[in-house]
Amino acid sequence: MPLAEVPNLVPALPEIFLACAAMVLLMFGVFQKSPNAAEEANTARNIGLVAVTMLVLAVLLVAMVGGTGEASLYAFGGLFVVDPFASFFKVLVLIGSGLTLVVSGDYLKRQGIARFEYPVLVLFAVIGMMMMISANDLISLYLGLEIQSLSLYIIAAFQRETLRSTEAGLKYFVLGSVASGMLLYGSSMVYGFTGTTSFSVLAEMFAGQGGHTPSVGLIFGLVFIVAGLAFKVSAVPFHMWTPDVYEGAPTPVTAFFAVAPKIAGLALFIRVLTGPFGDLVAQWQQIVVLLSIASMVLGAFAAIAQNDIKRLMAYSSIGHVGYALIGLAVGDAAGVRGVMVYMSIYLFMNVGAFACILAMRRGDEMVTQISDLAGLSKTHPLLALGLAVFMFSMAGIPPLAGFFGKLWIFLAAIDAQLYTLAIIGVLSSVVAAFYYLRIVKVMYFDDVEESLDQPVGREISLVVLGTGLIILLFFVYPAPVINGAQAAAAALFAG
Amino acid sequence: MTHFPILSLITFLPLVGALFIMAVRGDATVVAQNARSVALWTSGVNFLLSLVLWFNFDTATAAFQFEEKAEWMPVFNVTYHMGVDGISMLFVLLTTLLTPVCVLASWDSIKDRVKEYMIAFLVMETMMVGMFCALDMVLFYIFFEGVLLPMFLIIGVWGGPRRVYSAFKFFLYTLAGSVLMLLAMLAMYFDAGTTDVPALMKHAFPVAMQPWLWLAFFASFAVKVPMWPVHTWLPDAHVEAPTAGSVILAGVLLKFGGYGFLRFSLPMFPEATVMFTPLIYTLSIVAVIYTSLVALAQEDMKKLIAYSSVAHMGFVTVGAFTLTVQGIEGAIYQMLSHGVVSAALFLVVGVVYDRMHSREIAAYGGLVHRMPAYSLIFMLFMLASVGLPGTGGFVGEFLVLVGAFQANSWVALFTATGVILGAVYMLFLYRRVIFGKLTKESLMKIADMSPREMAVFAPLVVLVLWMGVYPSSFLDVMHVSVADLLKNFEAARAAAETLAVAAN
Repeated sequence: MPLAEVPNLVPALPEIFLACAAMVLLMFGVFQKSPNAAEEANTARNIGLVAVTMLVLAVLLVAMVGGTGEASLYAFGGLFVVDPFASFFKVLVLIGSGLTLVVSGDYLKRQGIARFEYPVLVLFAVIGMMMMISANDLISLYLGLEIQSLSLYIIAAFQRETLRSTEAGLKYFVLGSVASGMLLYGSSMVYGFTGTTSFSVLAEMFAGQGGHTPSVGLIFGLVFIVAGLAFKVSAVPFHMWTPDVYEGAPTPVTAFFAVAPKIAGLALFIRVLTGPFGDLVAQWQQIVVLLSIASMVLGAFAAIAQNDIKRLMAYSSIGHVGYALIGLAVGDAAGVRGVMVYMSIYLFMNVGAFACILAMRRGDEMVTQISDLAGLSKTHPLLALGLAVFMFSMAGIPPLAGFFGKLWIFLAAIDAQLYTLAIIGVLSSVVAAFYYLRIVKVMYFDDVEESLDQPVGREISLVVLGTGLIILLFFVYPAPVINGAQAAAAALFAG
Repeated sequence: MTHFPILSLITFLPLVGALFIMAVRGDATVVAQNARSVALWTSGVNFLLSLVLWFNFDTATAAFQFEEKAEWMPVFNVTYHMGVDGISMLFVLLTTLLTPVCVLASWDSIKDRVKEYMIAFLVMETMMVGMFCALDMVLFYIFFEGVLLPMFLIIGVWGGPRRVYSAFKFFLYTLAGSVLMLLAMLAMYFDAGTTDVPALMKHAFPVAMQPWLWLAFFASFAVKVPMWPVHTWLPDAHVEAPTAGSVILAGVLLKFGGYGFLRFSLPMFPEATVMFTPLIYTLSIVAVIYTSLVALAQEDMKKLIAYSSVAHMGFVTVGAFTLTVQGIEGAIYQMLSHGVVSAALFLVVGVVYDRMHSREIAAYGGLVHRMPAYSLIFMLFMLASVGLPGTGGFVGEFLVLVGAFQANSWVALFTATGVILGAVYMLFLYRRVIFGKLTKESLMKIADMSPREMAVFAPLVVLVLWMGVYPSSFLDVMHVSVADLLKNFEAARAAAETLAVAAN
């Protein structure tokens, strides 16, 4: 008989690995003597490289843990779950974080903020996101969310000498705290009315009720949880922070914000609503439908008036969340599959687009006005082609990948007979096409006023090329993403 | 699938050419020259390959030929399915013929960013051929929409002064129309369980669902045709597009709508088709008469031809919805001849535009004195557009009117006035540009057509006369398919009626 029960921590292996790696890197960074700025930038660069390697290794670990063939693995007394759904989203988050780290190095160095804390903080945020994705309890959900959010607040204000960045960080912090408060309040209501915080127990409880309407207090709690989560994924009407934070934060941070936390937030949103509250779909469906419609419409119309490309991307991401929420509103395996395909494609489009934005320098100064792109197709043909591909793809024009993302979402919506939602969705995609086209227009139709700097950094070129090819050629062989999403979504609803 | 995948080859060969051009580097003039020759060779070879289709085409069967099928997205039951029948085969040929003509027509007139221009044209050829060959709804939609990308760039980058406005209008109009079609396609998938076009043609959609599906498809095709009142993107796009862009727009892109009606709306939603026929007739007649009158008032040559296109496409929609053999064959024939004639007319305008850089009718006059060969060719295509017997335009219009007369004599009457109005505005245009005294100082030194320009027109001249004198070579191809379409249409209607009677 063993002296002490050794808990089975294998399911959490990727998280534990990343946490150890992050702490070691932190120690290394702290004790590394950096007499001057150049030395410090060098240390940051090395730590960044190691962090990327760690993320790649974590992908392998996730694949290993997820590939054991078991439907769901639990750890920490059922607080933590690993299933194909979690593995799928974790891989997306890891890829997104890794790619944004790769493209950020050059920028941070130029801005004089290449400090080793940045990659370390990103790693901590990633751990939080993976925790969120695997959360199987309201407590672990909150823990994951807070680990992620605290890291994000700091990196939003990472360029601490500039007013904009600190403002972005502070704004994000204050509003994020309010959202966390709402989430916590909602969780406490749910606990108060059901006596449990475990997703598994909650799911069993509601499954037994059949069509019985739950108590008002519980619905109240659910609404607060949804509001808190909607804030995290920046769905309208909880989107106010997004444009300001996106604009103010350093561009690599914006790229990171637009990708990894969004994906993790949506995964959490899906997990919470379809898991414990899956049988209350009648209660939350209309809320999600409303969030979805509001996000799509506002994302489409508000972006038209923007002149700053980072602000535009903020509204664009709000719109994209609206589309993803269509899949969640459907609330079945087909809908979740749609969201997964959509977010996989969204990841590459956004990383690619932000890589292009990171290449916008003039006289060694970063520029972010859309008009700065004028005539880009003449001075930087490949960069312009890349950005055009990403923009057309975001507009959902076939044969680019973005179209397939929307296709799978609408497929689910039509199957569930949510016709109004689908029609509003496609029509707002036409409106949204206008502002995506405007960027193409500026690059291709307008004349060069003042060229952007040449040449574009090597990392950025590689990322633009890679993501561009993925977006362009997705239609040739879409099976891996679609089959993966299919299996993961089926697993979520099987258990 | 044992035979050679000829359709895929024709579809994707231009893309290979485009990749090849993309790889060309070096000195700007050398690159431009290489891009031109690669584009010409690729599209030329592609045309020859498409002739293989014609020679091996079996005119005795209505089934799809040269079929190819491969797994694509099994979860969604979408396959890569290509094939042609008598309705689509000739459009493939039209496309492969017009692309090299366009490349040749842009030889000297495009000097800026030649490489990108040629890539855009080759990509567009892939999309257009693919659209006509696709036998799967999703595949069809991808090609149908994919055309927007190169065309948007062609209008926007190489167009005239108001190119940005026109490019956006073109893009957003067509996109807004087709997104609803996408939703309808998904709804059809859930009803029929497949996206395969031949299977869907056999599937009987519930009568209650048909009007909605029909309207969603109508939204898309009506914009493409374009039908009044959603035609307003067309004059803008035509006027601002470079000559070759207008040629492709008028020659091929406008046929997407008519083809779509014949491929989807008619065979798949017969009940709704009968229900909405009066709507189509009304809109078409308004288009024929109203846009002819508008054409009469134009000061800009390209705009005039653009409006005449809308009027001619009105004939197509009338013909398709007469639901008679003559009417449908006439509609297809009209589309083909319009593809040749309007393409040629835009090239005709392009010839003088390259010299004078003006499209104003008032800027010309008396050209016959300096440009006899040009005047002859202009006259030929002008008369073909009017529908003079002996040219392709006559056969199409005549068949449509025969069909319309069987369906509804009032429709025939109103449609026929379009022929007269067509003669009025075309002859008026010709008189103002070609005849009269050569008084304008700027025209005194204008040169007649160069051998290259003649080479551009030569195939079109041959074709327009051939289509007028011996239409059987084209009608034979489509005849069995059209008859089969109508047979299935009647059968589906009869089945639906029995069902309705049984329900009562």
